[in-house]
Amino acid sequence: MEKTIEIKNLYKSFGSLHVLSGVDLDVHENENVVVLGRSGTGKSVLIKIIAGLLTPDRGQVKVFGQSVADLTAKELNELRLKIGFSFQSSALYDSMTVRENLEFPLVRNLKNMTRKEIDKAVDEVIEAVGLKKTLDQMPSQLSGGQRKRIGIARTLIMNPKIMLYDEPTAGLDPITCQEINDLMNQVKEKYRTSSIIITHDLTCAKETGDRVAILFDGKFAYQGTFEEVFGNPDPRIRSFYDYNFIEPKLQN
Amino acid sequence: MNSESAKHVFSEKVDDWLMGFYDAFEFVKLVFREAFSGGFEFTEFVRQCYSIGLKSLPLISLTGFVTGYVFTKQSRPSLMEFGATSWLPSLVTIAIVRALAPLVTSLICSGKIGSGIGAELGSMKVTEQIDAMEVSAVNPIRFLVVTRVAAATITIPILSFYCALVALAGAFLNVTVNEETNVLAFLEHGFDSIVFLDIITAVVKATSFGFTIGMIGCYKGFNATNGTQGVGQAANSSVVLSMFLIFIEELFIVQVANWFR
Repeated sequence: MEKTIEIKNLYKSFGSLHVLSGVDLDVHENENVVVLGRSGTGKSVLIKIIAGLLTPDRGQVKVFGQSVADLTAKELNELRLKIGFSFQSSALYDSMTVRENLEFPLVRNLKNMTRKEIDKAVDEVIEAVGLKKTLDQMPSQLSGGQRKRIGIARTLIMNPKIMLYDEPTAGLDPITCQEINDLMNQVKEKYRTSSIIITHDLTCAKETGDRVAILFDGKFAYQGTFEEVFGNPDPRIRSFYDYNFIEPKLQN
Repeated sequence: MNSESAKHVFSEKVDDWLMGFYDAFEFVKLVFREAFSGGFEFTEFVRQCYSIGLKSLPLISLTGFVTGYVFTKQSRPSLMEFGATSWLPSLVTIAIVRALAPLVTSLICSGKIGSGIGAELGSMKVTEQIDAMEVSAVNPIRFLVVTRVAAATITIPILSFYCALVALAGAFLNVTVNEETNVLAFLEHGFDSIVFLDIITAVVKATSFGFTIGMIGCYKGFNATNGTQGVGQAANSSVVLSMFLIFIEELFIVQVANWFR
């Protein structure tokens, strides 16, 4: 399968804090890659570099064969139209209704669209996330799970080829987490996206990830299927597993 | 010299201050570049003009009227001592047109608009809304900053003009309570001493104050960090810094205007 994202020897520091120290990762077409790691290990930094929000100190990130660092502002914006970014905080525009939030990327980027076409696109994505009744509400009136789903819907409206999810299930109850996991799998099937999913939630990793990669000390220590990675006896991996799944602990 | 101080060119504080100055300069450069690189967000600009201009009218009306009335009332005893109360319309008109209207409008707007812009953009920054805009291929500088700075730069001179009218109405009310006069006589007497340079200076001042308020609010908002505390700091420092700069600009513009008198 074709590679959509290629990351080679990526370094990023903030002052004296070395966050990424030689990260390598490939993501293939229609593949979900889950990135796990402790807080502060640079998982969000990694996807922000892919989206061109942060600049790496060293190394290369290629998206659809284009080196992100070498793109002009115009080329970067063209590339960004193919990338959907779901933020940890959902990042819905507070001053706009849900409908205006969903329309925003369309209206700003495709200025020749008619009102009818915009409404049709909005209806399609809001139905995909199952929240049609919230269209005229303000973001402040939505629950955490609804905000996440609207945030994902806003990215889907541009038909992205790559989805970057930053902690999609953080702070949600288990039932809503399951709904978000199902939604991410539906997005993959329906829109044929490649995704990087940043999470601490191993249930999310197991349900959505075709491949799991674990960041330790600024680089990926292990990559493979969920079973391969968590079959590893490395105590650092076991500590992840034991915390997330109480049952093995109780049996021990 | 220890290793800690060797890291700084001057001292930590001076270096931070200079870096802040450089960052602000780079930000202004970026805003100008985006403003003149095509694709002006006209709808958002109109929305900001409405938010900055129309919504400030009640506050400007009240403060302008009170300023004109009180200034006239306070000036009367001094002029009476010299038997020069007939000069009152000229005195207050000069004061209002040259200084009070642009200054009062800008100080009110730096409190109302500058803090609003700083808090709004600061909140968008810390909740990643600005990043979300950027990854949606929408240029946040062009959409959020250029529109707000342009709206403040254009709206505040108009508000200043309106403030001058309202302040003159307040002054007239005070004059008419004490002397027998009418509006035409008051205005004729008042504007006798006003020259074209006064009007130009007032417009330049108000435009410059408007630009400062918009730019400082946006800069502080865009650089907000540390969550909700950072939003409060952005709003607060927008007001303090823009007020400080308004007085510096007032001093500078008055000096330059005096060279042409």
